[in-house]
Amino acid sequence: MANRPVLAPQLRRLRRELFSSPGDGVLSISLIVLIGLVAIGFLRWAFGQASWAVIQVNSTLFAVGRYPIEQQWRLWLLTALLAAATGLSWGLLRASPRPDRTGTLWPRHDRLAVVILVLGALWLPWALRLAALIQLRWWLVVALLVGCRWAAGRFAAVLPSALRRLVPLLWPALYLLGMVLISGGLGLVTVPPSEWGGLLLTLLAASFAILLCFPIGVMLALGRRSDLPLLRWGSVLYIEFIRGAPLITLLFLGQNILGFLLPGGLAPERIWRAAWVLTFFAAAYLAESVRSGLSAVPPGQFEAARSLGLSYGQTLQQVVLPQALRVALPAMVGQFISLLQDTTLLSLIGLLDLLGTARTVMANPAFLGKSAEVYLTLAVLFWCCCAALGLGSRALERRLDPHTIPSAT
Amino acid sequence: MQVRWPLVVLLTGLLGGCAADSGSGVQSQKMSTITQRGKLVCGVDGKLPGFSFVGSDGRYSGLDVDICKAMAASLFGDPEKVEFRDLNSSERFAALASGEVDMLSRNTTMTLSRDAAGGNGLSFAPTVFYDGQGVMTPAVSGIKTLKDLAGKPICVESGTTTELNLADRMRELGVAYTPLKFQTGDQTYSAYLGGRCVAVTSDRSQLAAKRSAFPSPAQHTLLPEVLSKEPLTPATTNADPAWADALRWTVYALMQAEELGITKANVAAKLSEAKGNKNLADLRRFLGVEGDFGRQLGLPSDFVVKVVGAVGNYGEIFDRNVGLGSALRLDRGINRQWKDGGLIYSPPFR
Repeated sequence: MANRPVLAPQLRRLRRELFSSPGDGVLSISLIVLIGLVAIGFLRWAFGQASWAVIQVNSTLFAVGRYPIEQQWRLWLLTALLAAATGLSWGLLRASPRPDRTGTLWPRHDRLAVVILVLGALWLPWALRLAALIQLRWWLVVALLVGCRWAAGRFAAVLPSALRRLVPLLWPALYLLGMVLISGGLGLVTVPPSEWGGLLLTLLAASFAILLCFPIGVMLALGRRSDLPLLRWGSVLYIEFIRGAPLITLLFLGQNILGFLLPGGLAPERIWRAAWVLTFFAAAYLAESVRSGLSAVPPGQFEAARSLGLSYGQTLQQVVLPQALRVALPAMVGQFISLLQDTTLLSLIGLLDLLGTARTVMANPAFLGKSAEVYLTLAVLFWCCCAALGLGSRALERRLDPHTIPSAT
Repeated sequence: MQVRWPLVVLLTGLLGGCAADSGSGVQSQKMSTITQRGKLVCGVDGKLPGFSFVGSDGRYSGLDVDICKAMAASLFGDPEKVEFRDLNSSERFAALASGEVDMLSRNTTMTLSRDAAGGNGLSFAPTVFYDGQGVMTPAVSGIKTLKDLAGKPICVESGTTTELNLADRMRELGVAYTPLKFQTGDQTYSAYLGGRCVAVTSDRSQLAAKRSAFPSPAQHTLLPEVLSKEPLTPATTNADPAWADALRWTVYALMQAEELGITKANVAAKLSEAKGNKNLADLRRFLGVEGDFGRQLGLPSDFVVKVVGAVGNYGEIFDRNVGLGSALRLDRGINRQWKDGGLIYSPPFR
């Protein structure tokens, strides 16, 4: 009864939106029935007909490809470190450390996220029939993430601000450390890139290309607006050449023509070649997004900054680029997401990325006709990655929005 | 290739004596590159069970894969010193020509245009599997010959030579049929099992491979007619005859070992037998106890022992991957030794 005053307006709203006229009512009911039927059909398939053994048996292959088993502890270590860093950053971003808002250690959405995370950690490893030891590891990873989230939110306020400013620097450091952990070196056994695969390869190629295409794209955009003819025409030529060629053509060029041009052994590993092709390809498109952002900054801003005595570099760095990039951010994130999905083209040049691994698995006669299960799993994995990118970008947009309260940093 | 040669020569010069480290006098740029690198790079399909395939444990296996391992054992004495590279059918020749891979062991049919210097310019090793296109039908359908397929739907993978061969043969026979084309093998066989067509066509080895995973394999039969010849053959490029010879005779060694009854299990015993008995001249030469066959090829003198010790002889490779000891359960058929009426024939090791 206590809930009634809360629920009633919502019910009234539902009624207003779905059943305001007889025609609306018929439409709503038939749509609800249709959606219900599809949902029941899907659930019946997913829990009745579908055979998920293809995912259970091949889960390691999907995750890391042919990465040697005795070296997989390195990937676990990296996962744990990533979870810890995610927890720290999450806590610092979301749990407001300001003394006037003490009650927000766990905002409502965060509580929901934690519940989903914990349930996922409990259910997924079990559903995938992972070995007990591996299930335990996943629990520990999620526990570490939530623990770091709690610690960061709880103690952020007492942390000196200099230390808090260092936390974002964890990420580039972790990226470099991750590269060492994955590929070896510094005393670790080398694992050649030809043995990386699955989700590991997809994420690695995508993150590499996303991180590197950004600076290249900004430079190309600036070059295209430059007054120096050589720079301008060079940028225009590059951008138009890359945009005029399909990505798959460039990937084939990188895989098969580079061998002709460089003597044997000098060409980099093919995975790196593919990652660089992705980078250079994405940079051309990114340059155009950044250019649209630059065009959106009124010329008066530039002139005003110059007349205040700022140098060209300072003007760009302090005045023009921050505004331009904020405008271009949604478009850039769109490109990052499509870049992540473009990595599936790597399977066409014989690399065992997520899609390549899936095709290998589906070719296995033991799993004939299980393509629906495999593709659905792939779709969910890609959706999770893209959703994470989207969430991150929206958080970034909010932080960069000049109309909200400036953040405590 | 003309573009690359000056660089290649320069590099060979820089590498100096490494090219002839075995003291054989065999000049092979490719082999010195492979030795420098410390591993063989072998182009495979990667998605063909029985031939080259990544299992759930992440390991490559199959007949094509074992040929690569044999070559690695031949060069290095270690079958694991090989890196597999998945190639699709459109990029395989470019990958070989540009030196991305050292050799192809990728279910490639030997044809004139692929072999000719004016064509793809490949250099083919001995054929390791004589395949042919076949047609599979449900046993209950009562279809016995291609002519019985008149007016019936046939499932086929689009864009393959399989599709063209079927069209050619049916036109010759004057039989009208309905091709149902699919993009992938998985879709093709799912449609066949779903009853959308009464027959499915592909290489006979592939039909058998897929049939092995059907719910009830015994209810499907292969028609006796063979629509095409598909000699599946490893290949290198025309550019390096010495390297092509090394591959050719490594493959022949597998076949000769079967003929001589040398297996993975007894190769060590055979070797000590040959060492102890001077009268076994053929065996002594074959196993490198006397003579210099290995040196003439630019390989270690005991390469045959290493190869057979690593992967077994041709018959063992066949049985393990596609034969009765495997999920494919293919009969040796024309892939028997010549003494048993098959086509597997090694020239003499003399």
